[in-house]
Amino acid sequence: MEVLKVDNINVYYGSIHAIKGVSFTVNEGEIVTLIGANGAGKSTILNTISGLLRSRTGSMQFLGQPIDHIAPHKLVGMGLAQCPEGRRMFLQMTVQENLEMGAYTQSSATIPGGLDNVFAKFPRLKERRKQVAGTLSGGEQQMLAMGRAMMSNPKLVMLDEPSMGLAPILVEQIFDIIKELHAAGTTILLVEQNAAMALEVADRAYVLETGKIAMSGTGQELAESPAIKQAYLGG
Amino acid sequence: MTFLSYVINGVSLGSIYAIIALGYTMVYGIAKMLNFAHGDVIMVGAYICFYAVSRFALPPLLGIVLAMLVCTVLGVVIERLAYKPLRSAPSLAVLITAIGMSYFLQNMAQLLWTANPKVFPTAAIFGDKTGLGLFGGSLKISYVTIVTIVTCLVIMVGLTLFTRSTKMGKAMRACSEDKGAAQLMGINVNLTISVTFAIGSALAAIAGVLLCSAYPNLVPTTGSMPGIKAFTAAVFGGIGSIPGALLGGLLLGVIEIFARAYISTQLSDAIVFAVLIVVLLVKPAGLLGRQVREKV
Repeated sequence: MEVLKVDNINVYYGSIHAIKGVSFTVNEGEIVTLIGANGAGKSTILNTISGLLRSRTGSMQFLGQPIDHIAPHKLVGMGLAQCPEGRRMFLQMTVQENLEMGAYTQSSATIPGGLDNVFAKFPRLKERRKQVAGTLSGGEQQMLAMGRAMMSNPKLVMLDEPSMGLAPILVEQIFDIIKELHAAGTTILLVEQNAAMALEVADRAYVLETGKIAMSGTGQELAESPAIKQAYLGG
Repeated sequence: MTFLSYVINGVSLGSIYAIIALGYTMVYGIAKMLNFAHGDVIMVGAYICFYAVSRFALPPLLGIVLAMLVCTVLGVVIERLAYKPLRSAPSLAVLITAIGMSYFLQNMAQLLWTANPKVFPTAAIFGDKTGLGLFGGSLKISYVTIVTIVTCLVIMVGLTLFTRSTKMGKAMRACSEDKGAAQLMGINVNLTISVTFAIGSALAAIAGVLLCSAYPNLVPTTGSMPGIKAFTAAVFGGIGSIPGALLGGLLLGVIEIFARAYISTQLSDAIVFAVLIVVLLVKPAGLLGRQVREKV
């Protein structure tokens, strides 16, 4: 089943044509990754899906419903969670409050269960639940960001560069968590600059170049493609 | 004894500043704008209470509630009509709009209620209770003073609890940190901003009644000077911070009364602002404000 269908969207920043006729789909239970260099338009696409930006033409459907004109805060309640680039924690709020914000659209009765769930996956967050998020390390903040996105019990999680600015060992950890989420049946749209890691976990991948999809295929196909190897995987 | 009575007067005046400063600081914290029309909402609140009690002889409590209702609606409508369309405009445009809104309210008040000063019915609101006499009557604290200080404390505690433990309060804190991320959590940012304006304006009505009860001369510009001073208090304490508004308000009130009593009545405002300048030179974010560092 198609969870997300993006059909020929065009997004502009003023007169700059940032996304040029991009189409792709995400099916239930898949990890789909969008890879590409800085400025290729990866985050722009995610922000358009979540409604923070609007596409001028084209259409998008989430679980069969058109979402082109739905306010961002309503999409969360429909089951779409975005873990934004740069993590965007509420730095002056505690770890637990950040997680509670993730469950803002849920009834408060679901919060304890959601917290247990997140704390089981990230024991470090449980230790620090009363600390303000600003005191966490980069890796812990990324875990918190992912935990926060999981709190709304989403049908689709969009992860925007979860490996950004993290030490290699933490990147491994984050990708292990992505695999775990996938194994538990979560549908994931992953945006990454770390193409090697992203292609390794992805079922399918799209390569974005200057606002257009240049290539697509399974994770493995793209990882083995000579063009991709040369451009993104360092030979 | 006179010294003590100055302190108490200062705390009482400061409490009013603190209640007004809360409106500035909450709106700034969430909408990142300076609502210079806030002082004039105070004036509207005072007029509503004046007419309810003096002209229509309603019970004082009903008058105050009515003033709060009218100001709440006024605050939300101002935000919707004047500020919301400018949400993504440069902050200078919003600032100018707010100043324009301030003059608009003052002129509306002049049209509706004329520029003739009204004598605020303090006695009708607070009755003829004489207040408290301490030290064998040598230190008198008026009933209005006591009510003002207690009201301020209750509001502070209430708001702190509200922002700390309610869902809407937490959503406000989330919005004040990062509106985009708050939207991605499913928080309705526009609604949250409206609620902030509603709370700030309801508090402005209370401040208006208290202010005019202590200084019963009501004219269309009644709100402007206390508004500016409360804004100063908010900056003084650290704009965006609720305890900062309380601290800034109280200090400002005490400094003002002391300057009036011991130095010069005419210079009291100048002294207040001089102290502000010195504080900002030493602590640019205000006494309790956070220094926001851009992460690189």
